[in-house]
Amino acid sequence: MSAPTTSPPAPPPARAKRRIGDVLFRGSTQVAAGIILVALAGVAIFLTAEGIPALRADAAHLAGESTFLAYAWPLLFGTLLAAFIALLIATPLAIGVALAISHYAPRRLANLVGYVIDLLAAVPSVVYGLWGANVLGPAMVPVYRWLSEHLGFLPLFAGPASGGGRTMLTAGLVLAIMALPIITAICREIFSQTPRLHEEAALALGATRWEMIRMAVFPYSRSGIVSAVMLGLGRALGETMAVALVLSAFRIVSWDLVSGTAPSTIAANIALSFPEATGVGVNVLIATGLVLFVITFAVNFSARMIVARSEKGLVR
Amino acid sequence: MKTTLRRAAKPGLAVLALSVALTACSAANEEGDTNATGSGDDTGSSLSGTLNGAGASSQEAAMGAWRAGFQSANSGVTVNYDPVGSGGGREQFISGGVQFAGTDSLLDAEELSAAAEQCGADPIIIPSYVSPIAIIYNIDGVDDLKLDGATLAGIFAGEITKWNDPAIVATNPDADLPDADITAVHRADDSGTTDNFTAYLDAVAPDVWTHGEVGEWPITHGEAAPQTSGVVSAVTNGQNTIGYADASQAGDLGQVEVQVGEDFVGPSAEAAAKVLEVSPKAEGQGENAMAYELARDTAESGAYPIVLTSYLLACESYADANQAELVKGFLTYLISDEGQQAAADAAGSAPLSDALVEEAEGLIAKIGS
Amino acid sequence: MSPIRIRTKERPVSTDDRPQDPPANSASGRATVGTGPGQPVAAGPDTTGPDTTGPDATEPAAVAPAPDGPGGSGGRRAARGSAVRGEVSLRAPKLPRWAPLLTALVATAAGALLALTLGWGLIAFAVVSAAVYAVALPAWALVVENRRSAVDRLITTLVWSAFAIALVPLVSLTWTVVSKGAPAFSAEFFSYSMRNVVGEGGGIYHAIVGTLLITGMAAVLSIPIGLMTAIYLVEYGAGRRPARVINFLVDVMTGIPSIVAGLFAFALFSIFFGPGVRMGFGGSVALSVLMIPVVVRSCEEMLKLVPNELREASYALGVPQWRTIVKVVLPTAMAGIVTGVMLAIARVAGETAPLLVIAGSTDSVNMNLFAERMMTLPVFAYYSYMQPGVPPQFGVERAWGAALALILIVMSLNLLGRLLGRLFAPKTGR
Repeated sequence: MSAPTTSPPAPPPARAKRRIGDVLFRGSTQVAAGIILVALAGVAIFLTAEGIPALRADAAHLAGESTFLAYAWPLLFGTLLAAFIALLIATPLAIGVALAISHYAPRRLANLVGYVIDLLAAVPSVVYGLWGANVLGPAMVPVYRWLSEHLGFLPLFAGPASGGGRTMLTAGLVLAIMALPIITAICREIFSQTPRLHEEAALALGATRWEMIRMAVFPYSRSGIVSAVMLGLGRALGETMAVALVLSAFRIVSWDLVSGTAPSTIAANIALSFPEATGVGVNVLIATGLVLFVITFAVNFSARMIVARSEKGLVR
Repeated sequence: MKTTLRRAAKPGLAVLALSVALTACSAANEEGDTNATGSGDDTGSSLSGTLNGAGASSQEAAMGAWRAGFQSANSGVTVNYDPVGSGGGREQFISGGVQFAGTDSLLDAEELSAAAEQCGADPIIIPSYVSPIAIIYNIDGVDDLKLDGATLAGIFAGEITKWNDPAIVATNPDADLPDADITAVHRADDSGTTDNFTAYLDAVAPDVWTHGEVGEWPITHGEAAPQTSGVVSAVTNGQNTIGYADASQAGDLGQVEVQVGEDFVGPSAEAAAKVLEVSPKAEGQGENAMAYELARDTAESGAYPIVLTSYLLACESYADANQAELVKGFLTYLISDEGQQAAADAAGSAPLSDALVEEAEGLIAKIGS
Repeated sequence: MSPIRIRTKERPVSTDDRPQDPPANSASGRATVGTGPGQPVAAGPDTTGPDTTGPDATEPAAVAPAPDGPGGSGGRRAARGSAVRGEVSLRAPKLPRWAPLLTALVATAAGALLALTLGWGLIAFAVVSAAVYAVALPAWALVVENRRSAVDRLITTLVWSAFAIALVPLVSLTWTVVSKGAPAFSAEFFSYSMRNVVGEGGGIYHAIVGTLLITGMAAVLSIPIGLMTAIYLVEYGAGRRPARVINFLVDVMTGIPSIVAGLFAFALFSIFFGPGVRMGFGGSVALSVLMIPVVVRSCEEMLKLVPNELREASYALGVPQWRTIVKVVLPTAMAGIVTGVMLAIARVAGETAPLLVIAGSTDSVNMNLFAERMMTLPVFAYYSYMQPGVPPQFGVERAWGAALALILIVMSLNLLGRLLGRLFAPKTGR
């Protein structure tokens, strides 16, 4: 323990000195927080200023749609659908993996796996995309075919199944795998920070391991889990290259997860259309970026509200 | 005591890491060659500096060869080319961000006037890269496929959905065509390749392909894949697929022979060059333009009509005389026999004919004068 | 690694009060009074209670119910009956320690049988086997033990299957990158740039330099800002309005699409340096926009977990708040912070889209962050794959090689970070 006494104590007029140090330190943390404010404001101003002309764009720059909303809606739909699938898959998996690492696995294995999973956050998004398009997609083709044959009555699996596996479900899976390391790493760290005494108390009362986790670990880490999932969501919503590479993207609204005609996402659409966009077309794309920004804002806001409500009365 | 030691170690480690990073030296193949940022020492060539271009990704392979050739001859020069796409290239060129740009599609009136303003005169437009677009397919048991324009349009428009459709069987009586769905793969991104391909469909079968000449795929049929390599891998990974991609990237995939007049012609550089020869010049591109309205519906024997032409944009004059020299030198190399051969080797493009080279030389001579 | 943390596994096991063991260690059989004097836990006949370890664990299931369900159930009832008088049993019946193994074998066999007879693939086989296991073991536990234990076993199974499922794509991905990237590795690959290289050969030296410089600068920009903001949020502003606003804005910031960050940096630098600006530093700024929220979020969570008792103890000693933070709070949370920062670095090191926009692409080495284009590994991988040249295989090979190199670089950074974290973390008395 690095007790403060081991370092040279402050010179005699401790009171005055202390206050200066505190003021400086506090000030610098506030400046840092202020920088975030400025950066975010900068991004927001940039997006808004560049995005506004899109509202007046004509059909030529909106792929034939008459209004910007009509243009952006299918993309928004695709973005939300892909992110939803990704989180649906990634969250339970990530919590499971994090629990396995923090509470189930032998320490040596846990360390190793934790390390490997951290590394997967470093795999370039391009590589996820290439892997998704060249390995995962083709491997999933039989599954998609099976789904569309046997569960085709559900709109989700209406098909016809894609011949190359470049479907919404593949994109969701790739996003889930991309979000997994982030969610896992943070959850793992939080789970392992649960006060040991709480855990032992639960066990001593005769709780099974799962009951201990449910009663001691989860309440303690709820806010952290939500933060982790939000970070994962951020990645899933904003992921550009991987989706662009994996998805057979169209600007449509479709619930079909296994067909090759899949709704595109905002970020992927920006990446695909930006190089050839000129004039107002660029503004249109940036405006879709603004939409994504606002959506993330809304999703985060509601998630925070929910957590705040459920945490009321829960003493840390 | 221990804490102070540790505290001292922290900045020490940081400094160490930083110094390691900073003292790192130049790449092995660049030593004695030049420094990359281009303060260039005298190595026989009078040219030095950095030349930046951006634009069509279709030219990237050829551009790689040109850059290498030009930099080897002028060791003080660094040429960069961002394959950001034609639109981005034009935009950056017009805003003065790059000295030259590559573009698959010609400038519209607005861009032309903006470019003329930036350059002080009409921009120089040279067809730098002419390459056939192959129609690639992956069908089990079929390695020879002949299609006419209308059938091709039907496949991509979604009107022909089975490989054993009578229209396909008609031109391939001997092929063992399966009773399987056609997966038609197209570019997901806005691209010059799509533009040229749909221009061909529009020219030969306007009643089947009713969507005109567009850069972005207009209909929700088939599957979408990004970039040329994306289309190629989608066709390769899928079953009973067909797509279109720059012929140089088609690899081992089957390539459709397209009906021209009475014959069926496969993609080749010579066949592509032939189309350019018989094509008229495009109107309204300014006085320094060598732009062509490709004759997609040609019946010329031996010509392959699905061709991508990519152009280079440059200015007559630059604010910086050194940059003008660089652009001039680079373009001169580019259209020289050596440069054309390098591109043909590296990218499978069709070398320009002598007449075209002569005309281009005339335009390039104007730079910096 | 908080100083108050005690590892269960390292504690000496003395009596029977040891908490739940991994399933492999779970003892079989019922313990009767007398296994240890002074039983600390008065487990009622209906609770599972902590199981026994040590000498008991090695004993074969003498009185234990046979592995078949009904028998076990009977045994349990008998035990319950005997619990009230005479030989009081403090433990409910447990499944034998080899029960999971047996169930796994049976499940595998069932899966294999089905797969063989119906001609399924490997995936279907694995899925079916796992499902059989996930149903059978809890069911068995339900019959022999009780509902709570069954739920526990079910969750254990689910946790481990989540683990296994997560590993499949990760292993596949890693294998893909390693098997495709490793052949590209050579001395030339790491010491050459792509300058004047057409076709075969060339290397990624310029991209490595670019990635290190740009990511390093991004880290230099982001870590202080992120960490200080996290400190502000946790230590100074907690619960107050400005902190709540900042907190929320950080959440919003995590949602900035990477390409938008690039466009933003590009627009920002265009204002100062004119149109068409390309510089590595711009890339660092774009990456910082993506990195800061990750740093803030992970640091904040870690700081929050530092027990208040530590801070209070420090204040009680008259230590000013800033020294408390620097000397007590930060070191306590160090391991978590390092993990978070490394995660953030890893997250942005692989970012492609913003660097395409602002850092551009070049074939040559550029050591200057503040002038001209700079190649980075993800951009290199992207362009090499997308425009591989003719013939394509060399470019594609270089692309995978670059991706593998990037992963290796981040891996070594990660190792270094953990090492430093361990070095600077407080001794935890273990």
